[in-house]
Order: sequence, then structure tokens, then C-alpha cells
Amino acid sequence: MTVRLILPSHLRHLARIEGEIGLEVEGVVSLCTLLDALEEAYPVLRGTIRDHLTLRRRPFIRFFALQQDLSHQSPEAPLPEAVARGVEPLLVIAAIAGG
Amino acid sequence: MKVRVLVGTRKGAFILSADGKRETWSVEGPHFAGWEIYHLKGSPADPNRLYVSQSSGWFGQVIQRSDDGGKSWDAPGGGVTKSPQGLPRGESNRFVYDTSERGRPLTTHQWYDGTQRPWEFKRVWHLEPSLSDPDLVYAGVEDAGLFRSTDGAHSWQELAGLRGHTSGPNWQPGAGGMCLHTIVLDGHDAARMFVAISAAGVFRSEDGGTTWQATNRGLRSPYLPDQDSEVGHCVHRLAMHPARPQVLFMQKHWDVMRSDDGGDSWHEISGDLPSDFGFAIDVHAHQPDTVYVIPIKSDAEHYPPEGKLRVFRSRGGGHQWEALTNGLPQRDCYVNVLRDAMAVDRLDPCGIYFGTTGGQVYRSSDEGDHWAPIVRDLPPVLSVEVQTMP
Repeated sequence: MTVRLILPSHLRHLARIEGEIGLEVEGVVSLCTLLDALEEAYPVLRGTIRDHLTLRRRPFIRFFALQQDLSHQSPEAPLPEAVARGVEPLLVIAAIAGG
Repeated sequence: MKVRVLVGTRKGAFILSADGKRETWSVEGPHFAGWEIYHLKGSPADPNRLYVSQSSGWFGQVIQRSDDGGKSWDAPGGGVTKSPQGLPRGESNRFVYDTSERGRPLTTHQWYDGTQRPWEFKRVWHLEPSLSDPDLVYAGVEDAGLFRSTDGAHSWQELAGLRGHTSGPNWQPGAGGMCLHTIVLDGHDAARMFVAISAAGVFRSEDGGTTWQATNRGLRSPYLPDQDSEVGHCVHRLAMHPARPQVLFMQKHWDVMRSDDGGDSWHEISGDLPSDFGFAIDVHAHQPDTVYVIPIKSDAEHYPPEGKLRVFRSRGGGHQWEALTNGLPQRDCYVNVLRDAMAVDRLDPCGIYFGTTGGQVYRSSDEGDHWAPIVRDLPPVLSVEVQTMP
């Protein structure tokens, strides 16, 4: 299954990615399996979205899809069917900063 | 001869280049636009090998490397290699504190409220390439620890003996965090090095970083209950002339200090400075007793005294200082110069360079007698390093 993912610009530049990414995910499509697939394909992104060791989401990162904030759901929970089937992308969002 | 000035800023890295006259400069950048570049430095053994600490409050720490003097970059730990089965296998330049037998007892340090708190990696403040091996590089990190890579920054291992010092659980952060920000290597003895930590102090290793000795005797810090404490001193920066490794100069939170016995003892050389608070300090490339500092008004007011940006030079190793002002703003100047933001080149006459939180990078091509900005409007400057090349 090809899952669509959109990264913030800082991470696209870091990984030298243009536009959205299509990632092949085996089995259940969850935040965990999707980020596993992302980091396997783009190891430079390890540690930038979730902690190297604990795999917890970094504090200023959010996950949005289908106009929902999925940041607080269990990393193992299945993502919505439309995301899993590649109809809708998962958005990785960096918190806004003013000043 | 050529000079390359490597500038780390809040929003990217810049490379400023000139020939030996140092009059006409080219400016390249921003590299890693939008990321904080705490430090970038070239290998003395291979000037085209550059290491960069790239970090972000959102995305954490990345180490970048160039093998062609900054024309192209790669995250050494970010590549994909093939496993023996042919599957892609990622590498990663992660920084993980040693929790082996040596590291395990060291899993906490003192927090602001006096309780013990686990060590937590935040960022790399300083990268110090080996003097002889381009693939060997040290990283000073927050929370204070020292890491070493022997494979060109692909992977990092902690030199945990530093945190293993008996005083480790008593180290605590200052307001800027608890960071290992200075690494000084002895060119005469590859096993000898110094590090400085805010707010713990100076430590020396004679065995390549395996074991460490606190070397803070003579430092006095009025913000400590015991002003002469073994640790707890907020050392801002160390400088050593490569030809004279027994002599060290220090800009402490307050006080400019000097050691003539390799850190065993320190004495104050602030002398007639208008303020002995500051961050940056460096030594002339050819005159081991010519020292430069940039006084800052106070710990509460991080800008030059009287709004006058002045570099002070001592030609006698301290005590007597002369203000160097020609070409620097002498009114209404309220920028800061951070600890890693001053450096010297190796030309004759020696060039001096520093960057400000206002985004200016100043240079002097005559030992500090005259100054001019190379650039005026960069993001706040965090670090300045200089490479002198044939």
C-alpha cells in the first residue's frame, strides 16, 4: 500500500525531497509503521520527527489528516482508512513560532 | 594564501572568502537555511573537510559534513547503506549517553531546584576536529558531555569518563543550559585536551579523554556558596596558543583568567578592562602573549559598556589592555559577541574576526588596529571560525 506523506519544508530540504512522498507500508498503517518506513527510506530524518531512543513525537511536531489532529493517538493505532489507502495524505506539521 | 571565515548563525551558515589581502570578500549562504548553526569548523588536517552542527528546536540535531570546502554537504549519519541481505539500512548520527558500566552511575545531575535529573541530549554546541586526522572529531553537547567520532561523524561515542568525574552529580545548568562549549586540543600531545562546561568549569584529560581532572583552582565565583569550589564555575571560553600549551587564557562569566601550569592553577588578568564580563577570548597567531577579549557590560546587560563596541588587546599576556576601536561603532551599539564568535587567521600580520548578535562580522587585517565589516546584516551570529589556506 502506498501511503502519502507531506513533510514540513525544513525536513524536505534536509532529506532532499520535493513535494509529497509515497511510502510503501506493509500490514497495518499506523504512525509507527509509517514513520518506520519513512526513516528506512530517509535515515537522515531519524530523530527529527520522533526521538531516537524513545520514539516519542518531538514536542513541536504534529500529525494531521482529514482535518483531524492525530498527534495524540497511540503510535500503534491504525491511521484512518483514507490515509492507509493513499487517498488522503498524512501531514507532518511544525508548530508555528512568532516573534 | 586564502582565508575562509565560517560563520554559524541562528538561521543558517555562511562562508566568507578572500585572498591573502583580505580586502575583497565573497559571501556564500545561507547553507542549511532556517536551521540554527551553533558551530562549524574545518579540519586542520584537511581544510576541505568541514563539520557543521545543525540543530532546531523543532527537529533536533543533525551533523553535516563537506569534503569540498562547503560546495556540497552530506549528513554522514543520514545515508542509506545495504545490509548483507541487500536491504537498505539506515545509519544515524545520534548522540546517546553512555549507560554502560561507566555511564550508569552518572544518569543524573543537579537541576535548578537542587533535585537530581536525568541527562538529556539537547544539541551540539561545539565541534573540534582532530589536528591530524580528518575523520576524528569531538563534539561538546548539552546536557554537558563529550562525544567522539572516528569515522568522519557517521557515528558518535561518548567519552563518559568526563561525566564520570566524581563531581558530575553536582554539575548544574546556568540560565543558558548546561553545555560543554569549549574543546581545546594540545598539538604537542594528542592525548591531552581541555574542555569547559557552563556551569561546571574546566576539565583536563591526559589520556585522550578517558579520565578527567577538574582544573579550576584559583577561580572565584561569587554566585557560589563556596566561592573557591572545585566545580560550579561558569567558564565561558578557553584559548591556547598552539606553541605554548601550558599557558591557557580564560574568559569566565566575570573575570579574565590565565594559567601558566596547564590549568593546575589560575590567576586573574582582568587588569584595567572596563568590564571583565564577556564571552569571547582568543590569542594572536604569532604572539603567544597577545590576547584579545571583547568586554560585555554585565551578566544582566549583554552588550558593550557605554554602547561602544571595543576589542581589547593585551600584548603582555594580560593586566594591561588597550582598546581597539578604529572602524567599530563607538556609540549606540548594543550587540553581544558570543563565546565561539571570535577567531584569528594565521597570516602575517594576523587577522582577527568576530561576529555579533546584530549580524555583523568584523575583520581586522592588522592585528586589531583597524576594523571593517565583511557583512552587516546576517542573522544573529553564533560562531566564527577561520581557515588559512595556501
